[in-house]
Amino acid sequence: MDKTFRIISRLLVLIVLFSALLASCKSGGKKTQEEKDEITVTQDNAAIFEDIKKAEKIFQSLPSPLESAMLIKSAGAQFEESLLNPVDNTKNYITNKSMALNLGIYTCDLSFASLYDQTQLIINYMNAAKNMADGLGILDAIEQETIDRLEENINNREVIMEIVSETFMNSNSYLEENSQPAIAAIVLAGGWMEGLYISTQLVDIDDFDGNKLVGRIIDQKLSIDILLNLLESSKGNPAVDELMSQISRVKVIFDKITLQTSPIRPEYDQETNVTVLRSEVKTDMTPPVFRELAAIVAEIRGTFVK
Amino acid sequence: MIKIIPILALLFVSATYTTNAQCKAFAKKVVLPELGLYTHDGNYHAAVLVEGEEAELYKTFYSDMDYRVSIAGEDKIPSIEFRVLDNNGNVLYSNKDDNYAKTWDFEMESSQQLKLIVKVNSSNQPGDMPASGCVAIMFGFKIRR
Repeated sequence: MDKTFRIISRLLVLIVLFSALLASCKSGGKKTQEEKDEITVTQDNAAIFEDIKKAEKIFQSLPSPLESAMLIKSAGAQFEESLLNPVDNTKNYITNKSMALNLGIYTCDLSFASLYDQTQLIINYMNAAKNMADGLGILDAIEQETIDRLEENINNREVIMEIVSETFMNSNSYLEENSQPAIAAIVLAGGWMEGLYISTQLVDIDDFDGNKLVGRIIDQKLSIDILLNLLESSKGNPAVDELMSQISRVKVIFDKITLQTSPIRPEYDQETNVTVLRSEVKTDMTPPVFRELAAIVAEIRGTFVK
Repeated sequence: MIKIIPILALLFVSATYTTNAQCKAFAKKVVLPELGLYTHDGNYHAAVLVEGEEAELYKTFYSDMDYRVSIAGEDKIPSIEFRVLDNNGNVLYSNKDDNYAKTWDFEMESSQQLKLIVKVNSSNQPGDMPASGCVAIMFGFKIRR
């Protein structure tokens, strides 16, 4: 009896240590040396406060799939079903990496379909995203009642967007809170890449200059470092390392684009209670650089959905 | 004494998971509704912070979009201060000058990456143990009409 008890005790202590290790590795959170030191601090409260003040958590926030789809729509792009990842492909995704990438991809496709009122596609892509979330063991991300609510409100775009947003939050919060930051980052990378893929495919090269969608694509230069920093916090994970090398190839192309912004001047509008952040931007992407970007994005996205 | 260790271990593990679940519930019930008519982007940023602790968030905001940021902490921690900075470290907004408002509405004339610094203020009472609690940051957006 005592021996059994000792074994159980040791096992539980190991669980505690493992949990503490996982908690310390949680995403969003590069911890500074000061924060690491905080664990061993045993001096008085004033010193503890001092250490805490120096500590920090860092969140890298990528455009979500819903935001990416919204950016495409706001640029005046047309819906093109053939650009989406067919839902029949769900059966091909059996590894955690492929399921995570395609959870992001299908959520982006679902968002895209939602914004263009593609009712049957909305149901199909919600089910595809559910398959991926279930495969990853994400509990309660997309429940059957969510699908039912979606069907009941299929003609109400606002409710649909609310459901898409809620299901995505359920997935990424589950992954973050269950110490799976690498999977959470891969999901976001998949969604971001899908948004970039759809955008680049929708650009009419004969209507390049002044094309709003081209402007949106250039804007992603601002997010690629955020994506790489997000992945960096899970460096060492083979799936993340592979992804980082693929995303780095996209960054090489983005680095060819100059993007100069003037200092921001905040202007508060008392009537609307909104602050307008005024600034000007100058960019210089040429059609050849765009073609290069579109080709590399299509190639990498092709490896995600195969 | 040795028999207490597994019990403490179990309590620690369950407390960790309970804290995480509470953080998500707090974000959904308290912070999310503050986005009002703005569409939540679906991203989840929440962490347990201690009095005096800071968190940073980097995000790209796009032209032609209207944004609302909603930031709040649980009642058991002091007020939350947040500042929005540009790439050069210039402060564009501080809720300290706005009675520690929990939301800020803004729009971008051109797309930019901004940095948010979120800090749990300290009650700074000597001898007190610092309080900790969940802090959540959420973004909502609208296409400008």
